[in-house]
Amino acid sequence: MQIYLPIAEISLNILLLLGIGTAVGFLSGMFGVGGGFLLTPVLIFIGVPPPIAVATQANQVVGSSVSGLLAHWSRDNVDFKMGSVLLAGGFIGSTVGVVLFGILKRIGQIDLVINFAYVILLTGVGALMLFESLRAILRMRWRAGMPRKLHQHTWVHGLPLKMRFRRSRLYISALLPLGLGFVIGVLSAIMGVGGAFLMVPAMIYLLGMPTRIVVGTSLFQTIFVTANVTFLQAVQNQTVDVFLAFLLLIGGVIGAQVGGRVGARLPAEQLRVLLAALVLLLGIRLAFELVATPAELYTITVSGGAP
Amino acid sequence: MIVRRWCVASLAAILLCSVTARAQIPLIADSSSPLVEINAGFVGTDVLVFGAKEGPGDVIVTVRGPLATYSVRRKQRVAGVWLNADRVDFRDVPSFYAVASSRPLDKVMTPAAQAREQIGIDHLGLEPAEQTDVAERDAFTAAFIRIKQHAGLFGSEVGSVRVLADRLFRTEIHLPSNVPTGKYDVEVMLVRGEEITAQTVHLEVSKGGRGADVYEFAHEQSAAYGLIAILGALLAGWAAHLVFRKI
Repeated sequence: MQIYLPIAEISLNILLLLGIGTAVGFLSGMFGVGGGFLLTPVLIFIGVPPPIAVATQANQVVGSSVSGLLAHWSRDNVDFKMGSVLLAGGFIGSTVGVVLFGILKRIGQIDLVINFAYVILLTGVGALMLFESLRAILRMRWRAGMPRKLHQHTWVHGLPLKMRFRRSRLYISALLPLGLGFVIGVLSAIMGVGGAFLMVPAMIYLLGMPTRIVVGTSLFQTIFVTANVTFLQAVQNQTVDVFLAFLLLIGGVIGAQVGGRVGARLPAEQLRVLLAALVLLLGIRLAFELVATPAELYTITVSGGAP
Repeated sequence: MIVRRWCVASLAAILLCSVTARAQIPLIADSSSPLVEINAGFVGTDVLVFGAKEGPGDVIVTVRGPLATYSVRRKQRVAGVWLNADRVDFRDVPSFYAVASSRPLDKVMTPAAQAREQIGIDHLGLEPAEQTDVAERDAFTAAFIRIKQHAGLFGSEVGSVRVLADRLFRTEIHLPSNVPTGKYDVEVMLVRGEEITAQTVHLEVSKGGRGADVYEFAHEQSAAYGLIAILGALLAGWAAHLVFRKI
């Protein structure tokens, strides 16, 4: 059953879109990652123009983050003060990102930048995850893990503008979450991702937040940053396809719930190795596309008159 | 079915007309529908162009989509990575082009006449907007045509116009699912040696139904569209939370 997507201006199979949403939602529920960084490359692969895929993806992340946040909120696992500072940085970052997106689109390099960002992201995150989970598996086998220090003093603690975050039990410079939020905001605008895969490790290792409240707090800021991206993309570039976002969202939330339940019953670390390998492969494939001689060297775009 | 019956009726009417108005009108043509609507289930459509001609001669049907300016970019390898480098713009090019003929084009018209009447993809008047050297111009022009043909927007072959009893003719022009919206000109020509009689039928391709409303809304009230997109996503996420909390 085909559906014509009015903004993307192509016809795609409804079941295919629902299936992709469900599959990525399943993976994200199972592994606790957002899934945006998997969904965008898949959308591009089935023929959705990259700018539309990215902007629509941001819209979809708004919805999937809400159901996640509500679950964490009910368990009181959200630091709203930290979230707000991250958000302030995120707003500035995503606004800058959308403007940058518009400029790149005009000079015809947006596809390249999106692809490039994904190559770095997927291979980087994939390699890190693979390394981390292999190490965790080995550590479990040998039971020889070194106890990690609870609090380490680094250059990070010498920065000015210190602020107290009661819920996170932290007294750190506001510049840190502000800067982190900014970087995630730019990524969110250019790649259409929530950025949890970067945000969560940065909150744990860089800010030193307790693991328990990291996911909820990151979701809190994700909702607002992706909402800002959706709004700005809609206004500046008209690249948000609500039909596409909605179909992906339906599949995504169902998949995430099922994935979450299945994931709880399976050996997490072994699965994480699989996901890491999958992400790494996707990254390598995209990297190959950038360097391999393309079948068609030319591309055409309408720059005036009828579409 | 209804369309077909209507076509048969129209054909009969045209035939009747041409019988009564014999000497005055050498050519009369129409299309199966003046409006093609792209709705949510649109997968492309065939537009039937038909009519009647008076006396001998070949029939050529050309379909031209709305004019647009195109940027053609060529990728180049820079530090191992392929990226868009050179760019050539083509102004006022039909966004869709198809041609059908009752006999092979070269037997109907001389190449010079084809060029004059702008019939065939090679005679569309594709000229780069800026000064470009000949080899580059040819490469970019060929690439543009190739990509358009690949997308099904430039007919790669000359379609056939079927002629019945040397009097009635019909041809079907396929509009693919990615057909550009706007005003189309369907030009029907009766070629009798050097003498050409032409009639133009207009065709409008527009987004219909919800798709059209969404597209128009997204472009004209983009702020409201963005807010609704966000609100919809928030509501969907909230609904999902409510549903799955119970299970």
